[in-house]
Amino acid sequence: MRFIFKTAYTQDIALAKHGGHAFWYSVLVLALLAAPWVFTEYWLAQLTFVLIYSIAALGIMLLAGFTGLFSLGHAAFLGVGAYTQAVLCNAGVPFPLALLGAGALSAATGWVVGLPALRVKGIYLGMATLSFGFIVEEVLARWESVTGGNAGMHIEKPNLFGWVLETEVQFYFLCLLITVLATLGIVNLLRAPTGRAFVAIRDSEISAQSMGIHLARYKTLSFALSAGLAGIAGALYVHKLQFISPDQFNILQSIDLLLMIVIGGLGSIHGAFLGAIFLITMPQLIAMVKDYLPTFVGQAPGLQGLVYGLVLIAFVLFEPMGLYGRWLKVRTYMEMFPFYRKGMFKRQKSFQKSDRLK
Amino acid sequence: MTATLLSAHNLSVRFGGVLAVNNVSFDVKQGEVFTLIGPNGAGKTTVFNLISRIYTPTTGTIDYQGPQGLVKLTDQAPQDVAALGIARTFQNIELFEHASVLHNLLIGRHTHRQSGFWQDLFFTSATREAELQSREKAEEVIDFLNLQHYRDTFVAGLPYGVRKVVEMARALCTEPKLLLLDEPSSGLNVEETDDMAFWIQDIQQELGISVLMVEHDMGLVSKVSDRVLAMNQGEVLAMGTPREVQSDPGVIEAYLGTVDDVSSLRRPVGLSPRVSAGGAP
Repeated sequence: MRFIFKTAYTQDIALAKHGGHAFWYSVLVLALLAAPWVFTEYWLAQLTFVLIYSIAALGIMLLAGFTGLFSLGHAAFLGVGAYTQAVLCNAGVPFPLALLGAGALSAATGWVVGLPALRVKGIYLGMATLSFGFIVEEVLARWESVTGGNAGMHIEKPNLFGWVLETEVQFYFLCLLITVLATLGIVNLLRAPTGRAFVAIRDSEISAQSMGIHLARYKTLSFALSAGLAGIAGALYVHKLQFISPDQFNILQSIDLLLMIVIGGLGSIHGAFLGAIFLITMPQLIAMVKDYLPTFVGQAPGLQGLVYGLVLIAFVLFEPMGLYGRWLKVRTYMEMFPFYRKGMFKRQKSFQKSDRLK
Repeated sequence: MTATLLSAHNLSVRFGGVLAVNNVSFDVKQGEVFTLIGPNGAGKTTVFNLISRIYTPTTGTIDYQGPQGLVKLTDQAPQDVAALGIARTFQNIELFEHASVLHNLLIGRHTHRQSGFWQDLFFTSATREAELQSREKAEEVIDFLNLQHYRDTFVAGLPYGVRKVVEMARALCTEPKLLLLDEPSSGLNVEETDDMAFWIQDIQQELGISVLMVEHDMGLVSKVSDRVLAMNQGEVLAMGTPREVQSDPGVIEAYLGTVDDVSSLRRPVGLSPRVSAGGAP
């Protein structure tokens, strides 16, 4: 069991709260830096996808996990980012500028979509964002002069002011850098007044307002940031696949994004990453196990959807705090052995909240 | 003669056919504890919601002596009220449940934030400096209300009585001039209610904050209040010191019913069982 002896307020602000944090995160960074020499090319590609999805997960975690606004159309922001990147890069814009453009356009779209969020909540916001997702998918399919329609669109290799990233390894490091920057940005926000305002809106809008938080401003800001991160993830996604078509940004993708953060653990940064790892490795695991299953199960269509559904139901029922919540429990069990009690993480139900029925 | 901090003129609120508040006027003076009492549904909380701008009055205005002179409160946006120095608590506690006590108090510092979005994103030295200042202020409030023990606890795991205090602490973190307390003692036991009375007196006397509260516990009301306003069915019944209001016939009538209401229940004089038993033969 670790007891932290606090002697300065800066300790509560610091990124690494104690030596253990500093050590383990250094190990993680070193491992990620060494990954290209450890993993085969195939697994490195999967790791790159994990990083890309993590960026999108960070965005949707900020929106759903920290601001309490659920979006069922987040694939649309991924699509806006991806297509902006493809169009700009093919027009010869250098990669960093195109990436900024993709993030900015996606954020601007998010800001516009965030406007209805000021009026509708919960399931109604879900419907509004869902229909937005359909609109974007349709636009991508129909606006053939720009997007190439359903035939899809190819994209050049990333070009950093004349230095073209030819290999997978180079692209992996690019994704790693952007993921680290995005994570630091979100962590910074969350330990500053802006992030606290988001959390306040999630837990009680009415008292957030009476504490002087401008609800409209912070909700749209959250939407814009979330969409911006999804846009950046989309831009990297298109470079990774080198080909995009509108059906990659349909409702299934949106559901995958939401599934990712719910399974990872709502309301934690770690959850975003754990969710991304789950989302990428699960199909691989299913593919591996498939061969050992009886034919009528292993070769049945929709096996992946079934497994995803079962996993989601299991998490909602037994571990609402997601993979990260499970990890917290395991860690506490280890730290406190043998004093861990079963009800330690039980949250008391609250019946006092007046705006509980949103 | 102390200056007036807040004055409500002829406030009325109509929700469809219901006249929730009808022509209510009152003044809160600088540094006093002013209490609203009244039976359920009297419109006390509605008056609170008018001051914190959750509702807009149908007619009437509220003037408030803000830091930049007199402002018409009824023209302000709801989120601007806190910056004017008005903080409130809620009848059904509205804390940020999935955050620690300290986190809640720091949200109370929101109106004093000095850093913008981009500074926060990069956590510049300006943000760091401002964070440390906020923390110091929050610690002052923690000291004042004896919350040291709960600093890093999540609100969701706190007992009800402590949540009440945390909510008051969060309101104090905004450094208000006027503190609105909506039923500070509801759900508290006798001991906690006594503590609450001390704290309200401390807030008034040590911090010099004016308090406007809604309260049902007459013991607490008469202990801490300078003036009391009694309401019933949206209208003002009486105003004055706690003693004056408690002995006001209108107030007694609102709480206990009129003499006429009760007279029909009374047995006729001379027909009580003992008397009639003795006089019959």
